Amino acid sequence: MRRSLICTTLLLMCVSPIRAADWLHFRGSDNRSVAADGHLPSAIAKDEAGTEHNVAWKVPVPGRAVASPIVVRDNVIVTSASGYSQDRLHVLCFDATSGKLRWERQFWATGRTLCHPTSSVAAPSPASDGRRIFALFSSNDLACLDLDGNLLWYRGLTHDYPTAANDVGMSSSPVVVGDTVVVQVETKGDSFAAGLYANTGETRWKIPRQADMNWTSPAVLPGRTRGEDAVLLQSPGRITANNARTGEQVWTYEVACSSIPSPVADGGIVFVPAAGLTALRHQPDAKAAEVLWSSNALAPGSASAIVHQGRVYAINGSGVLLCGDATTGDVLWKLRLKGPFWATPVIAGDRLLAVSQEGHAQIVQLGDKSGEIIAQGDLGEPVFGTPAVADGAVYVRSDGHLWKIAEK
Amino acid sequence: MRSSTALLIGFLLFALPSSLSAVDIPKELAMLKAVGPEGAGTAAARAAWSRLSQGDAASLTALLGALDDAGPLAANWIRAAIDTIAERELQHVGKLPVAPLEKFTLDTSHAPRARRLAFEWLCRADAKAADRLIPGMLNDPGVEFRRDAVARLLTEAEGLEAASKGPAAADVYRRAMSGARDLDQVQKIVKKLESFGDKVDVPAHFGYVLRWKLMGPFDNTDEQGFDVIYPPEQKVDFAAECEGKSGAVKWIDHATEDPYGKVDLNKALLKANSVVGYAACEFVADEARPVELRLTSMCANKLWLNGELLAQHKVYHAGARMDQYIARANLNAGRNLILLKICQNNMKEEWAQDWDFQFRVCDKTGTAVLSRDRVARATEEASAR
Repeated sequence: MRRSLICTTLLLMCVSPIRAADWLHFRGSDNRSVAADGHLPSAIAKDEAGTEHNVAWKVPVPGRAVASPIVVRDNVIVTSASGYSQDRLHVLCFDATSGKLRWERQFWATGRTLCHPTSSVAAPSPASDGRRIFALFSSNDLACLDLDGNLLWYRGLTHDYPTAANDVGMSSSPVVVGDTVVVQVETKGDSFAAGLYANTGETRWKIPRQADMNWTSPAVLPGRTRGEDAVLLQSPGRITANNARTGEQVWTYEVACSSIPSPVADGGIVFVPAAGLTALRHQPDAKAAEVLWSSNALAPGSASAIVHQGRVYAINGSGVLLCGDATTGDVLWKLRLKGPFWATPVIAGDRLLAVSQEGHAQIVQLGDKSGEIIAQGDLGEPVFGTPAVADGAVYVRSDGHLWKIAEK
Repeated sequence: MRSSTALLIGFLLFALPSSLSAVDIPKELAMLKAVGPEGAGTAAARAAWSRLSQGDAASLTALLGALDDAGPLAANWIRAAIDTIAERELQHVGKLPVAPLEKFTLDTSHAPRARRLAFEWLCRADAKAADRLIPGMLNDPGVEFRRDAVARLLTEAEGLEAASKGPAAADVYRRAMSGARDLDQVQKIVKKLESFGDKVDVPAHFGYVLRWKLMGPFDNTDEQGFDVIYPPEQKVDFAAECEGKSGAVKWIDHATEDPYGKVDLNKALLKANSVVGYAACEFVADEARPVELRLTSMCANKLWLNGELLAQHKVYHAGARMDQYIARANLNAGRNLILLKICQNNMKEEWAQDWDFQFRVCDKTGTAVLSRDRVARATEEASAR
């Protein structure tokens, strides 16, 4: 009796709404790779002269990861995988202000841990609903923890569906929509998408998907009401919009999609890496999406496209940043960056940050008619994970470290 | 604000009556061990976990011991409780029960992962523990311990080499080789030993099967052959001849000289797409014993031991790594028949043309288990040398 009273009191104390400044998913809370506020610094990491700029802290992280950090209030969450077979799965929580490790939890992989050397078993980025952390790994282990590191539930999706795996490695990141955690597990074996109850981890819905290797992540597609909120599920042969609570398909568009960069939605328009880049108008009451335009010239490479203030940005396979008109698909300007890139760039204010796989960070001032690199810096380690931006600070996971970069 | 909340939470927790902290550990562990597929048992497990994780350092060894027979999902629940308790004890009390943790670490009757977890918390509380324990773990049942022991010997050997003490370094490399089971360490040691003039039987070290009977190709158009029961699956008769994809086929002898046992079916049978090949071998065991049958192949495959289908993987060209597929099995004393089915599909990409496999027999630490005839042959060859 007394305990339940205490627990209720604590629960009420701990409940807090999602902050706009949080970065809760791969590519941010709404998967658009755009920070809600703040701006990117005008200098970053180590410049050519060897001077280090705006590194608030840099802390070592065990193991390897290509996953993105997420930021929930003053917690920076990263995942990692270590051990000779990468079968040790880590979830780490750092204090955003100091970089001090608050807690670490480890798990043993229950699924397959083979992956390409450029990837890691910690490839999917963790996700959060502002109160809980959902840490998914390439082994399809999915752990749910609260912000103090207490284990709330644990699923082994390959344990449940033994052929749900590929030995290049899985990388699809989960998203949380309302009280549903959506995972996209597409393989040549068991291939499915599922919505899990965020509170219990039990399966709310599960639908079969194309049995093929796929590394894209679901993206949030907001509806007119919460009940209409959907997720975009992009497979090699089609993209579908599915109701997040039921899994029911809203519409499908059959097209040869890329299997690496993920879709993004903005203002009811879906941008999918297919036929270069294709814009679809989401029509909640129709069974089909309307094609607005396709542009081969805006084809993203491995990083996903970004849509911001009427512009669509993509880095192509040659490392050229492309800016297009989101309404027409016309290319407005191009800017060669120093690549290659796996990490999706991020935008805050009127600046874009792109970090190459060699750890070369470039900040681009975005203009109407051109873009200009205003700062470059080296992190000195490979970077495969998309940075997170929260409260005016950038968090980058490099091969061996987590960085906070913030202008003083 | 946050720190004051944390203080209040801490106060409330410590202010709980002592009866609330009297946790029935076996009962709570049973709840954790009952978790199953699809999240079954989660609600009870979460409640049990919450109670267990409030325990103190004295509960650690009981929780560690529970890992011995825990399933993979339950093990993670238990581990999370151990980590939560140990982390809190170190943060708030500043110490862990070093002696019990060391005793647990050294007790090889416990599961290797439980011992390793005990060891890693021990090392956080006792900075000298690794130096004290790891050197004696070269032949430990836990592969992570072995790896650490080998790594230390490699460092020692490199130091001796740098000091121009070649013979002493070679001795240390030989000791390291006796414990090494991971490919990267073995490759490094072999290179060093060969530079000292040693001849290392790498396939024997790993237990790769080198001599096979092969039959094929059979048809795998549209990947349908994976499910077709061709004659070798009905009966392995090394004298038999049957109809293959493009004519009569029969069993042929094949011996690979690849140090990692790779059998290239493109060379041994036929360079082709949409085909099925079979590989069989007789493995003679001195005694009935458990083993692990470890297969690597980019291609779809099936594995039988003594007529029993142990594993099947309908996956094509999605990556490969040493010991990609592991099947646990029991060998009979005497003759055992191992049969593999390796299927190639019709992908045209250059990187999808591999039609091959590697196969080894070992124990759960990766230590080779060799067929009796192979041991005899190696002995004869050694005598001849």
